[in-house]
Amino acid sequence: MKSLLAPGHRGCAGCCDAIAAKFALMGTGEDCIVINPTGCLEVMTTPYPETAWDVPWIHSLFENAGAVASGIEAGLKALGKKDKTKVLVLAGDGGTLDIGIRSISGAFERGHSIIYVCIDNEAYMNTGVQRSGATPYNASTTTSPAGKVSFGNPRPKKNMPEIMAAHGSPYVATTSIGFPKDMINKVKKASEIEGPSYIHAHSPCTTGWGFDTSKTIEVAKMAVQTGLWPLYEMENGEITKVKKIGKNVKPVDEYLKMQRRFKHLFTMEGGAEEIAKIQAIADKNIEDFGL
Amino acid sequence: MPRENKLDKEKMVVVEGSYAVAHAVKTCRPNVISAYPITPQTHIVEDLSQFMADGEIPNCEYINVESEFSALSALVGSAAVGARCYSATTAQGLALMHEVLFNMSGMRLPTVMTIVNRALSAPINIWNDQQDSISQRDTGWIQLYAEDIQEISDMTAQAYKISEDKDVLMPAMTCMDGFILSHVYEPVVLLEQDLTDKFLPKYEPEYTLDPKDPLSYGAFADPNYYTEFRYLQEQAMQNALKKIEDVANEFYDIYGRYYGGLIDEYRTEDADIIIMAMGSVIGTVKDVIDKLRNRNVKVGLLKVRAFRPFPADAIRNVVRDAKVIVTLDKNITLGLNEGALCTETKSILYNTDINVPVIGYMLGHGGRDIKVDTIERIIDEAHEVIRNGIKTESQFIDLREEIL
Amino acid sequence: MKILPGGICQAGTTRVNKTGGWRNFKPVYNYDLCIKCKLCELLCPDSSVIPREDGFFEFDYDFCKGCGICENECPKKAIDMVLEEK
Repeated sequence: MKSLLAPGHRGCAGCCDAIAAKFALMGTGEDCIVINPTGCLEVMTTPYPETAWDVPWIHSLFENAGAVASGIEAGLKALGKKDKTKVLVLAGDGGTLDIGIRSISGAFERGHSIIYVCIDNEAYMNTGVQRSGATPYNASTTTSPAGKVSFGNPRPKKNMPEIMAAHGSPYVATTSIGFPKDMINKVKKASEIEGPSYIHAHSPCTTGWGFDTSKTIEVAKMAVQTGLWPLYEMENGEITKVKKIGKNVKPVDEYLKMQRRFKHLFTMEGGAEEIAKIQAIADKNIEDFGL
Repeated sequence: MPRENKLDKEKMVVVEGSYAVAHAVKTCRPNVISAYPITPQTHIVEDLSQFMADGEIPNCEYINVESEFSALSALVGSAAVGARCYSATTAQGLALMHEVLFNMSGMRLPTVMTIVNRALSAPINIWNDQQDSISQRDTGWIQLYAEDIQEISDMTAQAYKISEDKDVLMPAMTCMDGFILSHVYEPVVLLEQDLTDKFLPKYEPEYTLDPKDPLSYGAFADPNYYTEFRYLQEQAMQNALKKIEDVANEFYDIYGRYYGGLIDEYRTEDADIIIMAMGSVIGTVKDVIDKLRNRNVKVGLLKVRAFRPFPADAIRNVVRDAKVIVTLDKNITLGLNEGALCTETKSILYNTDINVPVIGYMLGHGGRDIKVDTIERIIDEAHEVIRNGIKTESQFIDLREEIL
Repeated sequence: MKILPGGICQAGTTRVNKTGGWRNFKPVYNYDLCIKCKLCELLCPDSSVIPREDGFFEFDYDFCKGCGICENECPKKAIDMVLEEK
């Protein structure tokens, strides 16, 4: 499949955003318009006068991707051009779960035909790894650092897919860049559905999470195999498909120890109890989703 | 040049100001309308919604957004795919749009947005002043201010033509005083569809977001490029100066109606005192001028229609031979104790051979009535300045001293 | 180059920016082991794995940043990362 993201972009070696964007565009094909709010992906792909995008692309602001996408969809409709052209949002977790949630909520409630892909690397990477609403429990970030009296981020991830499903979205799915076919197929499926669809793509960041540049895909797979990131599809609010991990399930510490952001859990007193809490999150996922 | 405004009495109907604006918007054949309700803008968007419900605006989508921030953000997308766009807002809504205002003008995306001018909170106040749009003067939007309902209606079509001009490509605000113009019924000529189709060409931008020619919009410009984009925006504003005049003349040729271009003048020919103002207060000032002219008081009015771009040359030409300039501001630059029109007027006279004193009055805030006797007192004080020089350069007037 | 108002860019123009210089290790194929599964091409974040007519692939060293994802994921261990000689 042809890549619609040109080389020469300034993403880090092993960049998850570049991989996620490439997969998403493989799902939609070239007849699409991309809306990309503020974040690494935006900055690294469009240093003026260059752009890495081989499809029409727009960056407006941080918190308005849902609205800009709504306007593009409405504009295309009014001009009689919406027939085939897909409207694809590629946004980070901060731009989606935090600052952009009003705008995505509005777009989904109104029912615009858009495909919204959240590329979730679990922190504000563009500004230097600050905590977002998608940062997992106990991850050390620059604004939720582990310290003498802290194990890092004190809260679990916001459940964004469920929030989007509650909007009455016909298609909500989680995916991971560790499973390329899964991601490409889900974006493809979303682009064939009328109305707003939401795909939440788990995307490990070599720089922000602290692992070797060659491990981006390996870490992504491990998140799924531990049960910490379940892959599922929801159609009209009902879970219709789950990717089983069955007997291949891995303990969470195998995932955690691959990453610098969880390193403190293996050195601090009380770390084992904290890892047990993370294991409990995975166990609950395994039970809830029947992984 | 002042022109006679030929209103066709046969065509006149009595409608609310908001309806006249909504009708004008419809007549301009917009493709996307995106708005969020806020007093006193609501009647405009309600009327447009009814037009939509009745199928009266063809090839148009109305987006009922969840905030003003999204109202304008949606139009960034719509304009980028080549749609003619419209929104309306006021006060808090406009303040919420602040970031998007810069973004849209920076991307050089034309649109028209009616600002139904209202005071900003706190204290919360829904009535008229012009602090909301004045506070957005550096965002790269053309700002036009209307005196009455006929003008704001006709200004809508003019604003599209200015904004969409290839030498301009800057979004435009058309500003009308909240309640005073938006909620008042007056006889007006509703913008004529046949004439508007003649006046306003179809919007056909050179560049759009189109999969057939995939361009990127909104790239980030580093210090090697950013300055040049700002320079080009300023050039566009300078181009708009001429375009605003041209469009007012073209409008006159087709519709027979004229309100001035960048500015308008009223009895300024031999005036010692020139009052400068924007918006609906113009009507009151004209009445006072007529009354005083009957007593041989040499007072005239300079109506500022375009606040952005600021019509420096046009103003200089009018005030050159006056003995005092009086600015009326329904806004304040806090910390400077001045309204914006006062500051800007002084700034364009400095470094010139024009040596006319400028005094400023801040009034009409939060919907306070501007009465005839207030204007008369201001003119008395202007006479005092001619006789004895400036004592107070800028001040609030009609303060309720008893509650301070 | 003249800038266009609004900062519009022409598609795919980052191709002028050769990122190969970022590399410390470069991937090298062992074609004897390669099964043409295309995984390396699919996963490359820099679209630097180029298909050949014979079904094998080659690296575009103008852009390859040497991340090593291809080597790490190759099911047949047909890619080696070797120290870049500069």
